[in-house]
Amino acid sequence: MKIDKNTINKIARLSRIKLDDKESEDYIKDLNSILDWVEQLNEVNTENVEPLSNISSSILPKREDISNDTNSSEEILENAPDKLEGFFAVPKVVE
Amino acid sequence: MNDLIKGEKYDWEMVIGLEIHAQVKSNSKLFSSSSTRFGSSPNSQVSLVDAAMPGMLPVINKYCVEQAVKTGVGLNAKINNYSVFDRKNYFYADLPQGYQISQYKYPIVGEGKVTIDFKDGTSKDIRIVRLHLEQDAGKSLHDQNPSKTYVDLNRSGVALMEIVSEPDIRTPDEAGMYISKIRSILMYLDTCDGNMQEGSLRADVNISVRKPGDKYGTRCEIKNLNSIKFIKQAINYEAKRQIEILESGGSIEQNTMLFNTSTGKTRPMRNKEEAHDYRYFPDPDLLPLEISKEEIGKIKSSIPELPDELKNKFIENYKLSNYDASVLTAEKQTSDYFNETINSDPELKNHAKIVVNWITSELFSLLNKNNQDLNNSPVSPENLGQLIKLISTNEISGKIAKDVLEDMFSSGKTARQIVDEKGLQQVTDQGEIAKVIDEVIAENPKMVEQYLAGKDKLLGFFVGQAMKLTKGKANPKMLNDILKQKLNKKN
Repeated sequence: MKIDKNTINKIARLSRIKLDDKESEDYIKDLNSILDWVEQLNEVNTENVEPLSNISSSILPKREDISNDTNSSEEILENAPDKLEGFFAVPKVVE
Repeated sequence: MNDLIKGEKYDWEMVIGLEIHAQVKSNSKLFSSSSTRFGSSPNSQVSLVDAAMPGMLPVINKYCVEQAVKTGVGLNAKINNYSVFDRKNYFYADLPQGYQISQYKYPIVGEGKVTIDFKDGTSKDIRIVRLHLEQDAGKSLHDQNPSKTYVDLNRSGVALMEIVSEPDIRTPDEAGMYISKIRSILMYLDTCDGNMQEGSLRADVNISVRKPGDKYGTRCEIKNLNSIKFIKQAINYEAKRQIEILESGGSIEQNTMLFNTSTGKTRPMRNKEEAHDYRYFPDPDLLPLEISKEEIGKIKSSIPELPDELKNKFIENYKLSNYDASVLTAEKQTSDYFNETINSDPELKNHAKIVVNWITSELFSLLNKNNQDLNNSPVSPENLGQLIKLISTNEISGKIAKDVLEDMFSSGKTARQIVDEKGLQQVTDQGEIAKVIDEVIAENPKMVEQYLAGKDKLLGFFVGQAMKLTKGKANPKMLNDILKQKLNKKN
C-alpha cells in the first residue's frame, strides 16, 4: 500500500487538519516510511500466533459503581472559548 | 402473505433490522465516576475523563459489565469470555474525545434471539446478532440561537448497550412488538429503565424493500427514533419512498436518514460520503475485557424470572391464552400485580381469565383516565381480588362491580365496604325477582302484546324496567330466565 496525495487529503479531512502542499509532501513521505516498515514486519510468518493485545499480562482494572456527586461544571467550562448558562457554545452544527 | 404492501405496480415486502441503544441502569458512567442522573443542570456531571482532558484515562465500571452480561443472558445469547474496546472515530461537537469507545470486532455478547407474540396466538423469533457496550455522546441544542450550538456533556460517557437484530422483521407492527419485547426484558432484568421519553431506550432502523423472494434491496438507516409510534411512522414513510423510487425505474442510494417527527417524513443526513469511515481500532487505553466462566455463572444464577418463562407459567397454571399471558407479562408491574391479586384468595385461581380482564381492561382504563400508573394504583391487588371474589360468588353483578371499582378508585374504600354501605348485593331470590317481573308485566300490557306478536326486541325493554326497579341488583341471568318463562306463559 502506498500513500498518495488523495489519501493524505482524505486523512487530513477526516482528522480536521489543514495541510499546505509542503506539509502534505512531508506526511506522504513519513507515512510511507512507516508503511514500508510494517511491510517488512509482514515478512514474519505469524500463522497460528494469537495477536498480542497485552504485554504486561495484567488484567483490565475495574471500578465499583459508585458515583462521586461533585459538580465540576465551572472547572470543566473554564477553558471553553465560549459558554452560556452552563453550556459550551460552539459554532452552529446542524445535520 | 398479508405482510406485503401494495405499490402502484407490484407488491413489496419490507426487510427491517433494528439497532437498539439501551442506557445501562447504573449510578456512574462506563469509564468515569460521574453520576448518570437525568435532568441535572448542564455540564454538572462531567468529569475530566468525560470532557476528554489530556492525559485522562478510562477505568471500566464493573457493574456495567455485569449488566451487559445479564442482558445477554436475557436475550438467550452467547456471552463472550473475551471482548475488546475499540475507538470509533468521528468529529462532532458533543463528542469531546473525537472518538466513541465502543466494541467492534469482539463484542461482549454474541448471537441470541427473542420471541414476539401475535394476537392470533402465533409467535415469531427475531434473531439478535450481537450486543456491545459503548459510551453515549453529549447532547447538542441547535434551536436556541441562530449561529450557535449549545453542548451539555452530562450524558457523555454514560454506558449504552447496543443491541443489533438480524433483518428478520417484516412489518412496522413487528418492529414495534420487537422493541416492546426488548424493553420488557430489560425492565425485568433491571438493566435499563426503559424510559423512551428520556432517551434511555432509542433505536436506529435499517429498512429496505424487495419483491417477495428477491434478494435484499439496498437499505437506508433512520437514526435515533425514541418512540414506538415514531418507529412505525418512519418505517411506513421510508418504505413508501423507496417503493416510489423503484417503481419509477430509479434505484435506492444507501443513506443515513433523519426522521422529522412533526412532518412524519424522512430526509437524508448531510456529510454522508464520510459517514461510515469510522477507522475503528483497538483502544490502547484499555486492556481486553475478560470474564471468567465462574463470573458468568454467578450472574446467570442472579437472573430473575423473565417474561417468557412467566408467560408459560401463567398459561400452564391458569389456562390463559398465549396472548392474554403475553399482555400480562409485557410489563413487570402488571405481572406482579396479577400475581398478588390471584394469590390474595385461593378461590381466584379458578377465575384467572376474569382477573386478567379486570386488570387489563377495567383497572387499566381507570388508571389511564386518571393519568396514573399501576405502581401507585389506588386499588390494591388484595382489594381488586376481593371485588372479583364478590363477582365470582354472585354476590354482585359484573355491571355493578364496575361502579364499585370506580368508587374504590376514588374513595380508597374496599369492595366489601362499598357493597355493604350501599346495599348493592345482587338479588338472587327467585321469588323476589319474579315479583318485580310480575309488576313490570302488569304495568305494560301493550308492550306485552307487541312482544307476543313477535317483537322480540322488546325483551330488552322488560329487562331494563326490571333492573331499574331492583336498582340494577337483580342477577341478570335469573332475571332473563324468569322473564322469558313468564312472558311465554302468557302466550
